[in-house]
Amino acid sequence: MATSTFEPKNRLVRWVDQQLPIFSLLHGSLGPGYPAPKNLNYFWNFGSLAGLCLVVQLVTGIVLAMHYQPSTAEAFGSTEHIMRDVNYGWLMRYVHANGGSMFFIVVFIHIFRGLYYGSYKAPREMLWMLGVVILLLMMATAFMGYVLPWGQMSFWGATVITNLFSAIPLVGEDIVTLLWGGFAVDNPTLNRFFSLHYLLPFVIVGVVILHVWALHIPGSNNPLGIDVKSPQDTVPFHPYYTAKDLFGIGVFILIFAFFVFYAPNMLGHPDNYIPANPLVTPPHIVPEWYFLPFYAILRAFVTDIGPITAKLQGVIAMFASILVLFILPWLDGSKVRAATFRPVYRFLFVILVVDCFVLGWVGANTPDRVLIDLGDSTFDMLHLGQIGTAWYFLHFLVLVPVISRREKTKPLPESIANPVIRPDAHAVPAE
Amino acid sequence: MKIIKAIKTAFAATILLGTGSVLAAEGEVELKHQDWSFNGAFGTYDRAAMQRGFQVYKEVCAACHGLKYIAFRNLMEIGFSEAEAKAIAAEYTVPGAPDEFGDPTERAAGLSDYMPSPFANEQAAKASNNGAIPPDLSLVAKAREGGPDYLYSLLTGYEDPPEDFELGDGLNYNAVFPGHQIAMPQPLFDDFVTYANGPEASVDQMAKDVSHFLMWAAEPKLEARHQMGFKVMAFMLVLTILLYLINRKVWANVKKKH
Amino acid sequence: MASSDHTMDEQDGATRRDFLYVASAGMGAVAVGAAVWPLVQQMNPSADVLALSTTEVDISSIQVGQSVTVLWRGKPVFIRRRTGKEIEEARQVDVSALRDPQTDAERVQTPEWLIMVGVCTHLGCVPLGQAGDFDGWFCPCHGSHYDTSGRIRKGPAPKNLLVPQYVFKTDTKILIG
Repeated sequence: MATSTFEPKNRLVRWVDQQLPIFSLLHGSLGPGYPAPKNLNYFWNFGSLAGLCLVVQLVTGIVLAMHYQPSTAEAFGSTEHIMRDVNYGWLMRYVHANGGSMFFIVVFIHIFRGLYYGSYKAPREMLWMLGVVILLLMMATAFMGYVLPWGQMSFWGATVITNLFSAIPLVGEDIVTLLWGGFAVDNPTLNRFFSLHYLLPFVIVGVVILHVWALHIPGSNNPLGIDVKSPQDTVPFHPYYTAKDLFGIGVFILIFAFFVFYAPNMLGHPDNYIPANPLVTPPHIVPEWYFLPFYAILRAFVTDIGPITAKLQGVIAMFASILVLFILPWLDGSKVRAATFRPVYRFLFVILVVDCFVLGWVGANTPDRVLIDLGDSTFDMLHLGQIGTAWYFLHFLVLVPVISRREKTKPLPESIANPVIRPDAHAVPAE
Repeated sequence: MKIIKAIKTAFAATILLGTGSVLAAEGEVELKHQDWSFNGAFGTYDRAAMQRGFQVYKEVCAACHGLKYIAFRNLMEIGFSEAEAKAIAAEYTVPGAPDEFGDPTERAAGLSDYMPSPFANEQAAKASNNGAIPPDLSLVAKAREGGPDYLYSLLTGYEDPPEDFELGDGLNYNAVFPGHQIAMPQPLFDDFVTYANGPEASVDQMAKDVSHFLMWAAEPKLEARHQMGFKVMAFMLVLTILLYLINRKVWANVKKKH
Repeated sequence: MASSDHTMDEQDGATRRDFLYVASAGMGAVAVGAAVWPLVQQMNPSADVLALSTTEVDISSIQVGQSVTVLWRGKPVFIRRRTGKEIEEARQVDVSALRDPQTDAERVQTPEWLIMVGVCTHLGCVPLGQAGDFDGWFCPCHGSHYDTSGRIRKGPAPKNLLVPQYVFKTDTKILIG
């Protein structure tokens, strides 16, 4: 981090900075001391938006915890108490509930931006992997948070997801009992989920600090995917990107506010306004929308293969669908980062996005819903989910490694400041 | 920008398809959509309709259905005066403090008490309702797909079953209820209640009024939410325009060089 | 390093140091393990949860062809008084073709009474009674079908519905757990 250029004029600032170089840190990480590529587009706003979402969730969450009661007898009622009687309680809760969805929208776009522009490639593998860790922590946090209002979907979602661990051979049942602290999802489960739901966001803050630190070593990637070559390629982060990020935050809050004030329950499930009942399973258990693609992958496996039950296959596949992102930087061998210059990869990227939406759609539906009636057989949601799952893994494990080594890429521009194609440019740049 | 648009459209489409298809798979029944006064960004509750709806709840639904998250003090939010709310509360008895011998007592309810449930416990509810537990109605308008439209359609959806329909023992045919077999017998009939002033108490009118009331019971802060929403959106719109202008000004000299 | 006895000294010293390092690292690991053990064990069911592990049920009022559901350890238990037809169906199944092979006799103490935990062995939902392709139970979550003996016949669940430990205390009273 280029902190040496920082010379504060204010004496108090200088005195503080000598003993605790916090102003130098800010100057070098968000201020004029941090040069950023000048060609970043609006997709680069989603990093700061994710940071904002995390802060919003922390603040509203801490406030809600002041009124919420984590016991099976009180949880549902205390949530209603927040909604009806606590001053601005309804606002805090709707912001927190919709904030979770907003956080995932922002992070998904952030991830797909990285996939499109090759931000996971060298020298940013560590940055990318820390991001995947954040995603995993977010999913765990969101899952446990959804259990807290103790509605029907809370309870049954928790039951289905914790039961996944019973698929582990030999020790599965013991692990599930350990997670529950009993013989079913019950008061001990709710209590520990509350404890962990409060803890994990702070762990996320820690990993986010590492993520931002790792970002500042190589600096931001950019839409051309080429390295910064001279000072002409960059602008100081402040005021250029602080201004742009603030504008992005304004637009984001407008969208966020629309959901909070005019459609606060659109992304939720009506069944979660029914108190949890261990004796009645809702006809369709669906997770929150951001888990739907993973839910479709989980359910895509229905045939036992020897000792590996269908259930275990589904669980492994579901976790693998995220873990595969860890090794993506090494699966993709292409030296060119941005999909703009990789026609085949770009095509595959679009199909992957479509695939994820298809999996999401499958996840929202019952597996035996018939899509096409072929007379003597049918093409069901299940089959579509199997195709989608197969494609997902085919993309990362086969297509990307193969095409990245064979694809004929377009010539790269000379520099960010001078984005023209060199007349002598080769198809694959010799780096 | 094209990509953003495409992703947004696809996202919206997925959500719509997802929820839509779940709905279609469940009931495949078209709900009778009503033009509620609380719909829309500036929607507010109709006090007179809610008071009529409360009357329907109190005289019909309350025989079997609780409303446990509503306190008598809340009735002032639907336009009753404090005296009226107190008078309504006084019609109910609630458990009081134990007397000097430690025996349980009863007293008249006050403003801070919650609507008493019609049954002492689930077993009692089951026993007097042929095994089905009448759900508490405090949140029912949010706990059903379609909300108040569903409630209205359900209450007006009692019909004679089709010829070939096999109706279970003690069940009733309803066009809107998932599976069409509902334990609740038709609750509303014309002029079942007498409205002090206002429209005729037809089934349609009562269904509308009680659905309106139950929407308020489920979402009492809707009006505050709509009002604050408008202020927040307007404020943020202006601020965002300012931020846009600042952003454009900051970048002006960089853009010019190209 | 040049003289040989010097090297011997070093080796001696190195061995002694190695022992010290290995021994203290080993003991340190044991200490950490001992500290972690209670932290993990506190997650397991507590004494009061374990104490609630039996339930007594009066079955005198259940008619033939009726079921009741009782709560045992926070889970529903189905108690079904089976009809003759159901018993017959359950007995005629070819056991070797089942995913989780069990004869009907292994699953009941008296043929009329089928008692089992009403939790789908797939992902823990509560199956619906007298439904599905085999007149037994059907799980609405992911479509598992169980027969009149509660055995898995179709769908993703890997195992039959669990039969809990129970005893008939009298002809009309059972103790589950």
